[in-house]
Amino acid sequence: MKIRAQVGMVLNLDKCIGCHTCSVTCKNVWTSRDGVEYAWFNNVETKPGIGYPKEWENQAKWNGGWKRNTAGKLEPRQGGKLKILANLFANPNLPAIDDYYEPFTYDYEHLQKAPLSQTPPTARPVSVITGKKMDKIQWGPNWEDDLGGEFSSRSRDQLFEGLQKEMYSTFESTFMMYLPRLCEHCLNPTCVASCPSGSIYKREDDGIVLVDQDKCRGWRMCISGCPYKKIYYNWQSGKAEKCTFCFPRIEAGQPTVCSETCVGRIRYLGVLLYDADLIEQAASTPNEQDLYEEQLKVFLDPHSPAVIAEARKQGIPESWLEAARKSPVYKMACEWKVAFPLHPEYRTLPMVWYIPPLSPIQSAAEAGRMPHKTLGDSIIPDVKSLRIPVRYLANLLTAGKEKPIVTALDRMIAMRAYKRGEVVHGKQEVSLLQQVGLDAATVEDMYQIMAIANYEDRFVIPTSHKEMVEDSFNDKGSCGFTFGNGCSGGTSEGSLFGKKPQGSVIFVEMPKSRKKPVTTEE
Amino acid sequence: MSYLHQFVFGIYPYIAFAIFILGSLARFEREQYTWKSDSSQVLHRGNLRLGNILFHLGIIGLFFGHLVGLLTPVAVWDALGVTHGFKQAFAMAAGGVMGGLCLSGLLILLHRRLSDPRIRAVTKPGDKVLLLWILVTLLLGLSTIFVSAQHMDGHEMVLLMTWAQHIVTFKGDAAAFIVGAHLLFKLHLFMGMTLFVIFPFTRLVHVWSGFASVTYLGRAWQLVRPR
Repeated sequence: MKIRAQVGMVLNLDKCIGCHTCSVTCKNVWTSRDGVEYAWFNNVETKPGIGYPKEWENQAKWNGGWKRNTAGKLEPRQGGKLKILANLFANPNLPAIDDYYEPFTYDYEHLQKAPLSQTPPTARPVSVITGKKMDKIQWGPNWEDDLGGEFSSRSRDQLFEGLQKEMYSTFESTFMMYLPRLCEHCLNPTCVASCPSGSIYKREDDGIVLVDQDKCRGWRMCISGCPYKKIYYNWQSGKAEKCTFCFPRIEAGQPTVCSETCVGRIRYLGVLLYDADLIEQAASTPNEQDLYEEQLKVFLDPHSPAVIAEARKQGIPESWLEAARKSPVYKMACEWKVAFPLHPEYRTLPMVWYIPPLSPIQSAAEAGRMPHKTLGDSIIPDVKSLRIPVRYLANLLTAGKEKPIVTALDRMIAMRAYKRGEVVHGKQEVSLLQQVGLDAATVEDMYQIMAIANYEDRFVIPTSHKEMVEDSFNDKGSCGFTFGNGCSGGTSEGSLFGKKPQGSVIFVEMPKSRKKPVTTEE
Repeated sequence: MSYLHQFVFGIYPYIAFAIFILGSLARFEREQYTWKSDSSQVLHRGNLRLGNILFHLGIIGLFFGHLVGLLTPVAVWDALGVTHGFKQAFAMAAGGVMGGLCLSGLLILLHRRLSDPRIRAVTKPGDKVLLLWILVTLLLGLSTIFVSAQHMDGHEMVLLMTWAQHIVTFKGDAAAFIVGAHLLFKLHLFMGMTLFVIFPFTRLVHVWSGFASVTYLGRAWQLVRPR
């Protein structure tokens, strides 16, 4: 047993209001730079829709993720190592910038400088790549926002598999939900496996998957390898870039920027302990629909004395073990089973999980016509009558297996009915809970964490104990986050290789207030 | 033998090789962030696949062809029973095929780079210099086939091999062997050696990484870094 810990994330889609605050704060912090204007480490898509980049879920088109070959071994869908090397010259599975969108700004200056005219002046979009005016903006990270665009385009969504999608084309029977997406920081990442130069790696201590910017050679295989299309090619620097899970914040025990700023409080961060020796076996499970349960088996019970003893022996810090016991992510994923991995059929064992959304009752809510059952004072609607088809959610979260999704939705409905009975009628209808396998104490905990969602319940992040591995005294005054060799103390004005050296300021001037002799006023 | 000839074909090869090796080392050591293939595929695909595969097949073939053809001692060929005339004919044919592949790929790539507005916008002067440099070197190399066709006995080829082998074995008299070589050969040699001079200062450094990427074949799928 090789125990490792990872900071995982859960997003409660039931509460996502699609405000894009996560995307915008992430962009401001990480990708407001040349070459990655088009890249959104976090973006929010409206489902049904084909998303960003276009049709990212269509692996017949993009060949992302893993496939299980006839020998039962895993291999990237884009090909084995030889094929990946053979495709270095031109990657046949690489999305083009138009699949994301051509990055643009607006000609704002024209609004001020335009001569007097009959019609108000407009600010036309300008391509950030070529600097030329663009006729039309064609796509973007939230192009289908709130069901924008025609159904025929949106219905190319892969999640309609197994559904008669035409049934959902009319206004009366349509449905929608928001899907915030970021890097999944997988246990079995295809991006890492696809990198010929070995520049992408998973951090042993917290599971964050990062690109070593110095070692990346721009071979672009990670971009096609990732089935979530969450690695981006910086067309300026020629390097791959991806969501960093805000590792400087996580190391300090703070939530990621997207989580911190989430208006709906839908994001949770917590430690999961897992057995690294089980990863390969779980990811190569023959039946795709078993992958969700198999991934659950990789996680270790942080309350088990055997696990705790073994984890201590393997050097997992005590604070991490304690955080694992309080982890909201563990509770939602492993104990209450209301959170699910995104597209387990990609065999990447993703570590950003989602709670499926409840939705309004479909069409006939008129009394008597709605499929439901009555328990005590509570009317419990049949989850099959929810507006968002269960199969649609199952295609997203459990490779099409409906039962776990139904159980999760039933539990969420039962929690609501129980709390409503308690608050409104002053009665504790335990029968509501028994039929979904819960008890009063568990539901109270669920209610605190999922409904009230206090900051300290949502984010249980131990600091990374960097003091154990770094000499922070020597890091004092050195430069912090930099791309490339920004800290080299070059002396010449220019540089042989076209990049000016940007030495760090080691010596800080004495503050003026202390340098000047204190003069008395008047 | 003029001073200039002695310098260009006796001394310059060492200068070029030193810049190639030390320059690559310095860049790898000091500026690894700039070490990349600099792919433009994401901005515009066009006929990149066709052009790039043709170009790379051709140029890798040419590189190894030159390496084996120039540096294998004449005695080895003699021992194998390969006549000089046959070897020359083979070199001309193989070089012609590989050069043809490389040239067609290069022209496709140049057209793609210069015709698409997005790629033109991100093209640095160094990229243009590099592509044109390879183009001229390649055209000179291909044109020597016609020179060689006028004397198929392999004698001139052996002189060129001797030059290369005396250079790499530090004999000091290398330049003398090719005093009489056709001007096209000399120009091709100069351009070719200078390609190694500009190598560390351009995106050509990705060639090192391309060859190094064979280590990928023996690597585990997953990489985990300890703190």
